[in-house]
Amino acid sequence: MTNTLHRYGESFDDDYIVFAIPARGINDGNAAEMERRFLEIARKYKPVNMGDASHGGIFRPAKDLNPSVHWSRQERRDFEGVVNSVSGPTTVAVVFDNPDAVVEFVKELKTADLGLSINISGGLDQARECARRAGLERHSVEYSLGFFGQTDRMADRQTLELSTMCGHGMLSFGLVRKLVEWVKQGRRTPEQAAGTMARFCSCGVFNPARACRLMRRQGEKERTPGGRKN
Amino acid sequence: MQIDQQKCVACGNCIPVCPMGAIAIDTGLNRAVVNTNECVECYACFRGMSMEKLNPTLVRGIRRLLKIFRLRFDPEPDVCPTSAIIPDELSWPRVVRRAFSDPIVTHESTGVHGRGTEEVKTNDVTHRVGLGEAGYVIEFGRPTVGVWFRDIEKMTRALAGIGIEFEPRNPVTHMMIDRKTGKLRDDILNEKILSAIVEFKTAVENVPVVLRRVDEVSKTLDTVVSVGVSTRCDVEGNSALDGILAEEGFSYVRGKTNLGLGHA
Repeated sequence: MTNTLHRYGESFDDDYIVFAIPARGINDGNAAEMERRFLEIARKYKPVNMGDASHGGIFRPAKDLNPSVHWSRQERRDFEGVVNSVSGPTTVAVVFDNPDAVVEFVKELKTADLGLSINISGGLDQARECARRAGLERHSVEYSLGFFGQTDRMADRQTLELSTMCGHGMLSFGLVRKLVEWVKQGRRTPEQAAGTMARFCSCGVFNPARACRLMRRQGEKERTPGGRKN
Repeated sequence: MQIDQQKCVACGNCIPVCPMGAIAIDTGLNRAVVNTNECVECYACFRGMSMEKLNPTLVRGIRRLLKIFRLRFDPEPDVCPTSAIIPDELSWPRVVRRAFSDPIVTHESTGVHGRGTEEVKTNDVTHRVGLGEAGYVIEFGRPTVGVWFRDIEKMTRALAGIGIEFEPRNPVTHMMIDRKTGKLRDDILNEKILSAIVEFKTAVENVPVVLRRVDEVSKTLDTVVSVGVSTRCDVEGNSALDGILAEEGFSYVRGKTNLGLGHA
């Protein structure tokens, strides 16, 4: 699974995914318990999203809505549900929008000694700096070298920045374009649009804070006389 | 995936939701329909959309009335008002579409959710990629373009031609009938999926040759290829790939950093 490796964009200063994963057949015996602890520890540092690869993130679609949802949708962030739904070995991920929270979280993980492999997905320099501040040197590193082949078949920059935050491709270019347009038209706030996008990410790694920043940045560009439009 | 024609009210909410653009309104039927050739069974529509269970006749009546007065209702964009999206029962070979497209499905071959293996994410426990070695994840069809297995086979054959040994626990490797040549099963070549990952490793000094070959072959494929390469760092956290990638002209800012906290 490379669901966070190839996020597109120029800046990842507000985008850090810390995830825990057991090695199959080696240390996955009591992985579920350790993964729940990982998530419980993470909650103290105010993540903007978290989830597990089997059951989804804190933003979840509902299967029994009533029509009032179209006028007063309550955005429920179900942290408790994420923790409680971990029932077997899986990958659990937590998304932060600032490096200080990552550093403090990793320091506590060191002490907790869960035995699981812990990775930071994000800017390589920023991740290395976080590791060092937490008293660690990186063990292994994986580089995203970007996109090869028929790249003209991909979407525009802004759409890619948002849609690649679900690396499994569950967040379509079409829905991103529609929601960005609705934000421009004032039909939805960036927060509402980001919440809708996040519901399509089936493992909780979508970063709604970054999504809001990207949508606001676009709005500011378009309101600036002479500003460049993308 | 299919749309229940008795329930669908042609609201069109599911159209932009489909990563493959496989859903459209049939204006003759006034219902949404799925292009089964393009649908990759990713379940993004079925699982990602929220559902109401409204009476289709009532909803159609209200929509007709609003249309007469040219009034626009501004519904939530991710709601199917009548729960009209219905999964199909899939049989071989179509079932591979879901196995490679729906991230919730666990591959029987790997026991891991998603389309690849644990890569270097568990390298601190498995030691799969050692010092002086490079691991590769070559992903096809992403972001959100999709890929036919026949295109993946062009790459696996080309890589086999330069002596690559494919990762045995990878799902694509399990679809090969000859791992020496990279030949995939014939009965899946015309199946389209959201994405798939080919994995292998080499000595770090072979990284330039491999990446050049991947670049060459990618240009001949009708899809997008996302490339990741990994290695074990030394005790000071330095990576031998930094210099090699810079020399090859790759710029990189993003990746995964294994912190080495895992143990058996």
